[in-house]
Amino acid sequence: MSIIIDAELCTGCASCMESCIYDAIELDNNIAKVLPNCTLCRACIEACPEEAISLERDDAKAQKVDISQFKGVWVVAEHYKNKIQKVSFQLLSKGRELADILQVNLTFVILGTDFDDKLEEFSQYGMDEIIYIKSPILKDYYSDLYTKVITELVLETQPEIILIGATATGRDFAPRVAKRLRAGLTADCTGLEIDLETRNLLQTRPTYGGTIMATIRTPSSRPQMATVRAGIFKMPEKIKKNVNIRKIEYEFKEQDSVSKIVKVISKTKTPVNLEDAKIIVAGGRGVGSKENFKLIEDLANVLGAELGGSRITIELNWLDPDRQIGQTGVTVSPKLYIACGISGAIQHIVGMENSNIIVAINKDPDAPIFNFAHYGIVGNLHEIIPILIEEIKIMNLNKE
Amino acid sequence: MCVKQVPGVSEVRIDPKTNTLVREGVLSIINPNDRNALELALILKEEHKVEVIALSMGPPQAEEVLREALAMGIDKAILLSDKAFAGADTLATSHTLALAIKKVLKEFDSEENYLIICGAQAVDGDTGQVPPELAEELGIPQITYVQNLLLSEDKIIVERKFRATEIVVIETKLPALISVLIDINKPRYPSMAGIMKAYEKANVIYFDSMALNADSSKIGLNGSMTEVKKIFFPERKVNPIMLEGSTEEVVRKLCQYLKDDKIF
Ligand SMILES: Cc1cc2nc3c(=O)[nH]c(=O)nc-3n(C[C@H](O)[C@H](O)[C@H](O)COP(=O)(O)OP(=O)(O)OC[C@H]3O[C@@H](n4cnc5c(N)ncnc54)[C@H](O)[C@@H]3O)c2cc1C
Ligand SMILES: Nc1ncnc2c1ncn2[C@@H]1O[C@H](COP(=O)(O)O)[C@@H](O)[C@H]1O
Repeated sequence: MSIIIDAELCTGCASCMESCIYDAIELDNNIAKVLPNCTLCRACIEACPEEAISLERDDAKAQKVDISQFKGVWVVAEHYKNKIQKVSFQLLSKGRELADILQVNLTFVILGTDFDDKLEEFSQYGMDEIIYIKSPILKDYYSDLYTKVITELVLETQPEIILIGATATGRDFAPRVAKRLRAGLTADCTGLEIDLETRNLLQTRPTYGGTIMATIRTPSSRPQMATVRAGIFKMPEKIKKNVNIRKIEYEFKEQDSVSKIVKVISKTKTPVNLEDAKIIVAGGRGVGSKENFKLIEDLANVLGAELGGSRITIELNWLDPDRQIGQTGVTVSPKLYIACGISGAIQHIVGMENSNIIVAINKDPDAPIFNFAHYGIVGNLHEIIPILIEEIKIMNLNKE
Repeated sequence: MCVKQVPGVSEVRIDPKTNTLVREGVLSIINPNDRNALELALILKEEHKVEVIALSMGPPQAEEVLREALAMGIDKAILLSDKAFAGADTLATSHTLALAIKKVLKEFDSEENYLIICGAQAVDGDTGQVPPELAEELGIPQITYVQNLLLSEDKIIVERKFRATEIVVIETKLPALISVLIDINKPRYPSMAGIMKAYEKANVIYFDSMALNADSSKIGLNGSMTEVKKIFFPERKVNPIMLEGSTEEVVRKLCQYLKDDKIF
């Protein structure tokens, strides 16, 4: 199997070289040549304006499944302390959109206990069906139990798309389920679309720390599974609708779970809730010191905002780890995001670019953050923020 | 334990003018999380006299990361390298790694008492999917996002980070697989003697698809269910409204805009 370049069609335009993140194409006599370190990722095939690049496949492609047998979109619920997590509801709103395009049902799958009297409330979130797998042990999360139940259910009902929150829980069981089903799974998606002709789910996700976006599809197998970031899609509107509820009392055997939960340790002081915050004030290295963060905190306080930061502020111990925003922290989408002394590295951007309004304060006019901001202020944050705080205080007084 | 060679991503940048990748000076490194996996394996080796084997799948250049692992003190290094492995997604990668692990286990007397340590995620693809898929294929339990581990006889007790502020303590019997976070330890630097040994004496063992007796429909591109349709650079939003004037003016303008936007 290899990438083939048609020397007749190749114009030496180098588009393929630019698309190659592995540096595995060079120009030889003005014709593209593939080097041994090619990983067959196929980015160059899409990039070539002349359609001069193709993939030569062996015949051994895995046995084809009849993908037309698979119908329907699923969202698997995540819950903690008997509360369904926001990301699951956000996935329902995206799931509704996908199901409508495909003209199929949207199913909410809950593995838990004590949800009986909450199903009515959940049914306002736009699904057509709820499958509720009930067992006392499902109060907590166990990877082997989730894997067992979900695979059984998939084999029985054959959905074409399964959406799961890209959390420590979702990213734990989704791969295990995918492996058991031999299904394709895309991690940490930030965009989902349908190619109606093939019914393929086009899954867009950041890679290389968000430097590059990749769109991935699963053309020849079903279900198509994706874990999806929290905070990317909006909460669904509540609607009145007839929802079919299927409740299954599930009995596990002793040997179904090998692992035991010994205990849960909470480190909480006051819980940080960046995901739900309406306003976030975030500081970066430009804040200068732990002491100086007091200023950022003051701004957050007058705005009733949550405090966040770039990774460096966490590494320097200026802020607690749960306040990190970005690729390796949380993804947020507040109404207002004020970035103070943050340069706007792509790993930070992917965590906050969905905010409605972004304000950037940075003394460097060329800081990349300004490419993403709605309002930019070039200047010293230590001079600007105290005055901003005073102005907001006055506004707050006038409101009262 | 499983190590992956990755490009040093912190250095992968986009040239804002041409919107292309800047690759100059981008070196290949051991995936950061895998250094922690290595360190943990070495600690277990010292405390429990276990044998540590590092496994990597990749092109021949990946031998470098295995040399580094040998220099840190592992006992044996195996590189899975074959053109037929190329283009693998996590499903095919985990299958290939599992074949090699089964092969190695067969050569040992005990196929029961083993622990697989992976990094929680690789910085290039950043999927974190290989560890659970590998555990599933081996038919053993997995615990991901581990930040502390206690090994005693035939069981492990680990601390798994599952929310920003919550840790769950889980106990499971061996054999098992864990994937570790950066917080679990501070990886050591190889000693001079270790480096000498790794480069002069130690061998990296190579397995190709023949050696693994691999089914060609389950490895590389053929064994992959996902397919990259396209790769692109994140879209840049343009034309921010830049606020100018004295500090007071700028602040007042900002507040006015935010009022107009119904934020205030
Ligand atoms: C795999 C990987 C994952 C990562 N994940 C994340 C992540 O999740 N979140 C994250 O944030 N980062 C992440 N990073 C790090 C990221 O690449 C950047 O290093 C980081 O975001 C930079 O933080 P910063 O903007 O605060 O600091 P800097 O880049 O140092 O920027 C500081 C800015 O402050 C400005 N400044 C300085 N003084 C003042 C002043 N007095 N007034 C106004 N402006 C001032 C400067 O002009 C500069 O633009 C990750 C990196 C990698 C490799
Ligand atoms: N090609 C590979 N060779 C060896 N180990 C790998 C490979 N790919 C992934 N892994 C292991 O799986 C972990 C998670 O990788 P990923 O699923 O790619 O994010 C890594 O930290 C490694 O421990």
